[in-house]
Amino acid sequence: MAFLRNKLRPFSAAHVALAGFVVLAACLGCGQSYGQTTNSCLDCHSALPDPLGVSQEKFSQDIHAQKDLTCASCHGGDPTSDDPDKAMSRKAGWKGKIDRKQIPQLCGSCHSDPAYIRQFNPSLRTDQLGQYRTSVHGKRFAAGDTKVAVCTDCHSVHDLRAPSDPRSTVNPVNVANTCARCHADADYMKGYSIPTDQFAKYSTSVHHQALAVRGDLSAPTCSTCHGNHGAAPPGVDKVENVCSNCHAFQAQMYEKSSHKKAFEAASLPGCVVCHSNHGIRHPTDAMLGTGPDAVCMRCHSPGDACDQARAGLLSSLGRLDEAVKSADQVLRVAESSGMEVSEARLGQDQARDSLTKARVTIHSFRTDLVDQDIQAGLKIAANNLQVGKEAMVERNHRRVGLGISIIAIGIVLAGLRLYIKKIES
Amino acid sequence: MSALGRWFDERLDWDDLIAPLRHKTVPTHRLSYWYFLGGITLFLFVIQVLTGILLLLYYRPGANEAFESVQYIMTRVRFGWLIRSIHSWSANLMIFTAFAHMFSVLFLKAYRKPRELTWISGVFLLFLVMGFGFSGYLLPWNTLAFFATKVGTAIAGQVPVIGKPLMIFLRGGEEVTGATLTRFFGFHVAVLPGIATLLLLLHVLLVQRLGMSIPPKLEVQWTANPSAKREMKFFPNFLLRELMAWYVALGVLGALAALFPWNLGVKADPFGPAPAGIKPEWYFLFMFQTLKLIPAKVWFIDGEVLGVLAFGLVGLLWLLLPFFESDQPSHTKGWITGLGVFALAYMAGMSVYGLLAK
Repeated sequence: MAFLRNKLRPFSAAHVALAGFVVLAACLGCGQSYGQTTNSCLDCHSALPDPLGVSQEKFSQDIHAQKDLTCASCHGGDPTSDDPDKAMSRKAGWKGKIDRKQIPQLCGSCHSDPAYIRQFNPSLRTDQLGQYRTSVHGKRFAAGDTKVAVCTDCHSVHDLRAPSDPRSTVNPVNVANTCARCHADADYMKGYSIPTDQFAKYSTSVHHQALAVRGDLSAPTCSTCHGNHGAAPPGVDKVENVCSNCHAFQAQMYEKSSHKKAFEAASLPGCVVCHSNHGIRHPTDAMLGTGPDAVCMRCHSPGDACDQARAGLLSSLGRLDEAVKSADQVLRVAESSGMEVSEARLGQDQARDSLTKARVTIHSFRTDLVDQDIQAGLKIAANNLQVGKEAMVERNHRRVGLGISIIAIGIVLAGLRLYIKKIES
Repeated sequence: MSALGRWFDERLDWDDLIAPLRHKTVPTHRLSYWYFLGGITLFLFVIQVLTGILLLLYYRPGANEAFESVQYIMTRVRFGWLIRSIHSWSANLMIFTAFAHMFSVLFLKAYRKPRELTWISGVFLLFLVMGFGFSGYLLPWNTLAFFATKVGTAIAGQVPVIGKPLMIFLRGGEEVTGATLTRFFGFHVAVLPGIATLLLLLHVLLVQRLGMSIPPKLEVQWTANPSAKREMKFFPNFLLRELMAWYVALGVLGALAALFPWNLGVKADPFGPAPAGIKPEWYFLFMFQTLKLIPAKVWFIDGEVLGVLAFGLVGLLWLLLPFFESDQPSHTKGWITGLGVFALAYMAGMSVYGLLAK
C-alpha cells in the first residue's frame, strides 16, 4: 500500500478519509491523556505515518516550537480544542496542508515583519522574502515553476533548526549538501540547462577541505558566493567582487593589474580564468610553470615578454621557498642537537610570511613588486640560516671542548690511580 | 710539610684537626664500591650549589621575566648553556644517586644501631632533594613545568585537613601564578639549601663519628676471625678513590651537558590548554602513576586522598625502618630486605609504566 510506504503523494480523497479515521482512532485511544494538552495536534499527528506524522520529539527540536509557536501558527485551527472537528475547522482558521505556492508568502508573513521578529531575535534579518523574490529560485517560482526551491526545501519543516545548530540543513557545513539535493540531481535539473557537477567539483576544492575537513566555518560554501535567499550566479563581471570579500589583498592587486582590463575586454570572468570556480584547488607555484598545472601559458605564447616575466616570478618564488626550507632544515638539526634557536625558528615565520605575501603580490603581475617581498624574505631567511650555522659551529665547539675535557679527566684519573698504587705499595 | 702548611699548622693545629681522618678506616670487601655513592651525591650537591650561584647572576624570578632570563642564559651568556645544563643534569643525577645510596644502605643493612640517626637524616635529605627538584622545575616558567606544578600542588591539596591551606601556601593563592614562581624561587635558593646544609653537616658528621658500616654477614665472619678483616685508610686512600669517582661523575655531567643540553621548552601560558599526557619528573612518576590507578572512590574514601595518606604512612614507616631491625648482625630481619626489593621493583615498575602510559 502506498500509504504504508510513505508515498502519499498526491493526496487522494480516500487517503484523506483513511488519515482522518486514523486520527480519530488515535485520539479516542488517548484515554486518560485525552483532553489534557494545549497542542492537541501532536496527540494525533505523532501517531500518524509520513507525511502527516510529526512526532513530539521531532517538533520539540524545531526552533519555532522552542519559541512557543504551535502548529496553528502556520496551519491555523484551534490546537486547544480536543475535538478534531473543532480543532481542524475552517471556522477556526484551519488551512490544512500548506500549498507549496503559498510557502514563501506564509513564512514571509512573520519573517518580513521586523516588529514581530524583534521579540524573538532582534538581530535576525527580515529581508529574506524580498531577497528570495530577486533570486533565480524566486523569479522562476513567481513565473509558476514550483520545482524550484522554496523556504522548506532548504530549511526543512517541523524540525527546522537555527543555522548555528550543526544539525541544521543550513549550517555552513551542511549547506553544500542541501543545495546538492537538487543541483546534483541530473534528472531533477533536466530542463534547466545548467551543469550538475558543481557539488562534485566543490567536494574536491580547497574551500571544501577548509570547511568540512578542517572545520573552518569561515571557509566558503555555496551561499557565500551565490547568496542564500537571493541565490543567483555571480555573473562574469562580478566574480572578482565575490572572491574579494575574503581575498581582499589579491583583489586589490588584481584591480590595478593589466590583466583586469584585458580580461574585461575579452569578457573573461576574472579570478575564475586561472583558479576555476567550484573546484578551486590549493594554488601552487606550479600554476606559473609550464607543466600540467600551468595557467599562464594557456593564453601567452612561449618566449614572449609575459612568458619571460612568468619564468622570473617562478624562479624568485622558488628561490625564497628554497631559502626558507634550507634555513628550516639547519635550524631543525641545531634544535635537535639541543641548541637554543627558538628566536630564529620564530623568525622563520616572518620569512614564510614574505613568501606568502609574494604569492599574493603575483596578482599584480608586476615583477618589481613581487621582487620587493622576495628580497625581504631572502634577507630574513639568510639571517636565520646564519644563526643556524653558527649554532652548529657552536655545537661542534662544545663537542671538541667535551673531548678535551674528557681527555683531561682521563689523565687526572690515570694519575690518581698511579698515585694510589704508589702510596699503597 | 711546606712553609704554608707549617704556617697554618702553627695557628690551627692542623695535624690535630685531621688526626681523626688519619685514624679512620674503611672496610674493604667486594661491596666496598657502594660506599662511594654518598660521596658522589655530596659532590653533585656541591656542583648544584656552585652552578646555582652562577645562574643567580642572571636569573630573574617573575612570570614575565623568568623564561626570558633562562633563554638569555642559554643563548647570550658565555658558557651559560653549560652552567644551566650541568645544573639540570646534576640535579637529576643527584636525585638518582641519592636513591641509589639509600637502597645500598638498605641492602647492606647500614642503618642498624647505632646508625639510626644517620638513616633518618639521610631520608630527610632525600625528601629535601626531591623538594629541590619540585621547586626548581618551575623556575624556567615553561609550559611543562607550569602544568606539572599545577598537578603537583593539587595533589598536595589532597592531604586531609591541612591540604587546602598547604596548597594555597605553596601556590601563593588559589592558582599557580607568578606568585607561585617567586615563592618556589625562595624555597629553592634560600629555605631548602639552608635546611639541607644543616642536615648534610649532621649526616656527614654522623658518618665520620660512627664510621663505615660492615655488612652483617661480613661482620659476623670478621668478629669470629679478626685476622680476615680488611681495611683501608680513609685519608688519603679512600678519599683519593672517592676523588676518582667524582672525576668520573664530572665527566658524565660534562658529556650530558654538551651532547644533550637541557631543553628550555615553550614559555608557560596560564590561559593555554594543558599539553596532552602531562607527566611529572621521573622521580615523582611512581607516585603519580599510583594515584592515577587508584579508583576515584575506595569504599567511602576519595581515591586520591587515600593514595596521599598511604604514601605519607609509607614514608613515615620508611623513616622508622631501623627501629624494626635487630641490632645483632647475626639476627638481621630478612623481611626488611624483601621489603626493600619490593619497594625498588614497585618504584621502577610504576615509573616505567608511567613513562609508557598515555
